[in-house]
Amino acid sequence: MRIKHLLLLVVLLAFGAACGSQAEEIAPAETVPAETAPATAQSAPPTTAAEVSTTEVSTTEVSTTGVSTTAAEGEDPEFPATVNGVVIPEKPTAIVSMSPTATEVLFAIGAGGQVIAVDAASDYPPEAPVTDLSGFQPNLEAVASYRPDLVVISWDPGEVEAGLGALGIPVLIQTPAQSIEDAYLQMLQLGDAAGRRTEAEELVSSIREEIEGLVGEYGAPGSGLTYYHEVDDTLFSAASNTFIGSVYALFGLENIADSADPLGSGYPQLSAEYILETDPHLIFFGCALWCGTTAENIAERPGWSTLRAVAGGALVEVDDDLSSRWGPRLIEFVRLVGEALAARPPAGEQ
Amino acid sequence: MTTGPPSGLEAVRLRWGWMGAALGLLAASALAGIVIGPAGLDPRQVIGELVGGGQTSLSETHRAILWEIRLPRVVLGGLVGGLLSLAGASYQGIFRNPLADPYLLGVAAGGGLGATAVIALIPSADPRLLPLAAFAGALAAVVLTYAVGRSMGGRSAVSLILAGVAVAAFFTALQTFLLQRNADTIRQVYSWILGQLSTTGWGEVAILVPYAAVCGTALVLHRRLLDVMSVGDEEADSLGVSSARVRGAVVVFATLATAAAVSVSGLIAFVGLVVPHTVRLVVGVSYRSLVPISAVTGAAFLILADLAARTAASPAELPIGVVTAFIGAPFFMAVLRTTRRYVA
Repeated sequence: MRIKHLLLLVVLLAFGAACGSQAEEIAPAETVPAETAPATAQSAPPTTAAEVSTTEVSTTEVSTTGVSTTAAEGEDPEFPATVNGVVIPEKPTAIVSMSPTATEVLFAIGAGGQVIAVDAASDYPPEAPVTDLSGFQPNLEAVASYRPDLVVISWDPGEVEAGLGALGIPVLIQTPAQSIEDAYLQMLQLGDAAGRRTEAEELVSSIREEIEGLVGEYGAPGSGLTYYHEVDDTLFSAASNTFIGSVYALFGLENIADSADPLGSGYPQLSAEYILETDPHLIFFGCALWCGTTAENIAERPGWSTLRAVAGGALVEVDDDLSSRWGPRLIEFVRLVGEALAARPPAGEQ
Repeated sequence: MTTGPPSGLEAVRLRWGWMGAALGLLAASALAGIVIGPAGLDPRQVIGELVGGGQTSLSETHRAILWEIRLPRVVLGGLVGGLLSLAGASYQGIFRNPLADPYLLGVAAGGGLGATAVIALIPSADPRLLPLAAFAGALAAVVLTYAVGRSMGGRSAVSLILAGVAVAAFFTALQTFLLQRNADTIRQVYSWILGQLSTTGWGEVAILVPYAAVCGTALVLHRRLLDVMSVGDEEADSLGVSSARVRGAVVVFATLATAAAVSVSGLIAFVGLVVPHTVRLVVGVSYRSLVPISAVTGAAFLILADLAARTAASPAELPIGVVTAFIGAPFFMAVLRTTRRYVA
């Protein structure tokens, strides 16, 4: 018995040591004193944020020229603002974005200079001040140590809103959009919250216009066609009542996952038999990075070579970042679908 | 089948009548599993296809569904259910504990940890190694559970299960920790924790067959010794059976069986508990009948559970672990209520 206990102890210690070395990597952000954290982790100190933002408006991809920046400095008549029930006392200059979508939107509406930290998953645009903050398991202390004046999250695992609220930090929750209109609404909310309503409105109308153009260009061939959007290689799919589904619906495509989702969960797991029998015209697949899914290994799945989408080469990879973020790059997702429709051989299988 | 040394007691022999009934149940389950599914295949054509070997008018798609999706899944369900039940029956015998089951002993959690560690830390590892990694974790868990359970107070059913709960919680915590550190694998492992007879066709069947053959043979050959062991270690030793050696061998093979099943199908709960108990109620307590009949019945049970998982929400899937736990958890409560009957 003694020896067993000793062995157990050794195993535990070894494990602890292994974990410790990993834990150290994340330790700095969580233990840095509050005073020094923003300066060490960020490229743009809060004091210069407003100035930086005025220059970044012109460099940000989607923002338009000729944007008025008079409101960027000093007192803003729009504040205090109430956005989705959250009171934001002053125009924020130290935003922490824990949502990759919000990060993209903030930069697209020229509020990038007001952002002092974004979560580890916010990898776009490249100039976003990435930290190791986790949007999945938000650490209140780590977030608070940046002394933000606005925190944006896409979900609250429990106490983020209440905890940061107790510190006087307003928290804007933008849960995953379930439609394109939802996405627009959130962009406008972020515009209000960051004091950039005009830019947000311009962003939304430019996305609207571009989508209309794309649908006009590619829309017609889509009607009457069915599709399967694969979220991951265990055959989880996205139904029409999701953001993903609303993009395909633009082109009049019919989603084979809808009949598998009577309760409206949005993400049913389909049976392989059903996919083979339904034989969708188009297959869009994500999870290329995490699952290693490729058009080749889809074709090699047992029985899948009988699918017309496989035979006709209508297997389209969708970047997970595009399909899981309801931000300005939504246009790229729409374009991808439109181009897939256009590339589909016109004659034959209906 | 071996007949064993002449004991003169008909009751302790393998009861062929019940074995025949179990095999009949397995055949019926397999047939149902093959004929019924989300895709509407004509049963007569399916049977014709199976009997005639491709002489029917089934479309190419339906033929692919039958041969490459449905059939391997039924076979996989049978193998996994058989292995888990076999392991459950063997654990119950070797620990003289009616509540011993791969899930409750922490074996499944240990296997889960082993497999998770490989998936998370060595992403390039060959999937055929997963059963071995799971086995290492599972063996560590069962040894730990047994050692802790013994140290808590002899052979009481409760102490072993408490130890199993503690070990399972501990291993699950380690597994969760690993997942948090390697968030990119969380999806893969999570669907696996729920339990899933996956859709990779014959590939996983091929992984599982060698483990099933070795463990099945070894455990069935030990079934008579399990009966001897049931009288107690000292008594077994006095009858010329090395109780330590038998226990070691049975634990290793039962754990390997569990690990192999868990590594392809995820953590499917309660199969190893429900099936041997049901069989025991029907055919009696002798392990000579219990072990092989449990294996066959377990195969049938999991094929039926998977049939429910495939068709209850068709064309969506339910995790099979949900189905087995839905049946198994109430059953477990019933066993707990009557457990005093088994424990001396």
